Amino acid sequence: MADTSTKVDNGVNVAALLDARKALTDAPEAAQFQWRATCTWVKGTHSLSTVEGYFGLGEEHMHKTKFTFDADHPAVFASEDNGATPVELVLVGLASCLMAGVAAVAQQREIQLRSVTATLEGGMNIQGILAIDKDVRNGFDGIKVHFDIDADASPEDLEALVARSQKLSAVYDVVANPTNITVSVN
Amino acid sequence: MIGAGQAGLAMSRCLAERSIDHVLLERGEVANSWKTERWDSLRLLTPNWQSRLPGFGYEGDDPDGYRTMPETVDFLDRYARVISAPVYTNTTVTSVRTADAGYMVATDLGDWRCPTIVLATGACNIARIPAVAEAMPSGLATLTSMQYRNSDQLEDGGVLVVGASATGTQLADEIHRSGRPVTLAVGEHVRAPRVYRGRDIEWWMDAAGVLDERYDEVDDIVRARRVPSLQLAGSRERATLDLNALTGIGVKLVGRLAGVNGGKAQFSGSLRNQCAMSDLKMNRLLDTIDEWAAENGLDGEVAAPHRLAPTEVEDSPPLGMDLAAGAVKTILWATGYRPDFSWLDVPVLDRKGQVRHDGGVVDSPGMYLMGMQFLRRRKSALMDGVGDDARDLSAHLASYLDGRVTPGAAPG
Repeated sequence: MADTSTKVDNGVNVAALLDARKALTDAPEAAQFQWRATCTWVKGTHSLSTVEGYFGLGEEHMHKTKFTFDADHPAVFASEDNGATPVELVLVGLASCLMAGVAAVAQQREIQLRSVTATLEGGMNIQGILAIDKDVRNGFDGIKVHFDIDADASPEDLEALVARSQKLSAVYDVVANPTNITVSVN
Repeated sequence: MIGAGQAGLAMSRCLAERSIDHVLLERGEVANSWKTERWDSLRLLTPNWQSRLPGFGYEGDDPDGYRTMPETVDFLDRYARVISAPVYTNTTVTSVRTADAGYMVATDLGDWRCPTIVLATGACNIARIPAVAEAMPSGLATLTSMQYRNSDQLEDGGVLVVGASATGTQLADEIHRSGRPVTLAVGEHVRAPRVYRGRDIEWWMDAAGVLDERYDEVDDIVRARRVPSLQLAGSRERATLDLNALTGIGVKLVGRLAGVNGGKAQFSGSLRNQCAMSDLKMNRLLDTIDEWAAENGLDGEVAAPHRLAPTEVEDSPPLGMDLAAGAVKTILWATGYRPDFSWLDVPVLDRKGQVRHDGGVVDSPGMYLMGMQFLRRRKSALMDGVGDDARDLSAHLASYLDGRVTPGAAPG
């Protein structure tokens, strides 16, 4: 039996991802996914969001369990702080998407990761959301991401890893580029 | 053979060596694209010596210079004469379809039947324009790099150049220097120094074997074929024209043009990563060159290795621009080119309109493709690259005519 003890294993099934890439190149319609979330008002600025079902590969899917997310605003906004601030959830989404990319690309490039930590900061002038100054945007004025990576790779390889992860990241694209949003109400 | 540019001519020479009768059908004159579809100041991005065509090459006294377009046309014209290429000029192919045991080629000057056919019309027939172009406010002048000839065509005032590969950077440089302030929207690009350690970057890539890398040896050929061409320019000064050089003369860098909404251009927040990826790619190429130089004992002979300063990106590049405010008068699309196969009535195109082929052997018996990015080698789309492809594919074509190969099987 082959010695696999030195094999790189970041817990990412790259072979399956590459197979999927090949299959979806030949069957582009199966690549159409739809992601969903439901959010229910609880009280004040507190809300509870759930994700459970999504569509892809031509059919409906369910997560193995229903995931829930409390969101609220902290005391400085005169709120009860029952959950993360929505803009923090955006940072969480960006961080976890980049992190998944780092692991997957590292696996493909045979870089063994020992530890990876990403630290994110989103700057915001709240004169925007408080409608004090219409020239100030509501959203972040910029996002800084810092990765600390302990791995068997040169600094250049780690820079390339993080760069590739940004290029392939869905949330990075969502945040960095405009998206049309359609809102309806009953 | 359809097209009498460098690819068609190289193939003609190789077929003639094998005594295979052929004709080249050319919609215009020899080297038509070079003659009629490029801007006035353009020089080839590869040096004069790097135009080794089968049975022909550069013999002048400026091997390190870069040909102007008239010089390029003249060079290929002379090649056509030297090899007595049977070119039918001003003959426009209107359709190609399969006919028993071969193809029927219809032109505006009559039909041709042939057992084999070579598509050598090149990779750059149509300027690519992104879908966001449709949302551009009226009142702005828009043109493509294919329509651009010189800055006199442009109104006075600002210009948004979209695309920062070799074309976009050269046009941004020329237009900004004409007194029209340029904003350059930067997507994926690959930076490279013109001269490295005293030698042309193309010399290094040629010597170190980078340009000879084969399509069946790279990790991901689909991705390799999509990589934009190196951000190079051919100038008398042999200067490096990268984003730092453009920033240095006052060109404003913004992210990829991501949308146009209500008369405002929206730029991606990805500029920093686009530049980081480009710097990383360049440094990997220079690492490869340095390793090769060390292994081949050149370290004492040429200048010491060095690295260019990282691409400078301001802290908060603008994410939008009001196109109706009057500062920008012209949008110039330098977003690449694509081939035109609208005349090809043989089902060999994939859903993206690209010809399905294996190293130039098209997925239709007796049909060949030439002159595309990384067709068989990294250099396939270069003047210097069509020769080796023509040698390989002419051998395959000869075997096919002899009935010695299975249609579609790739040459070794």
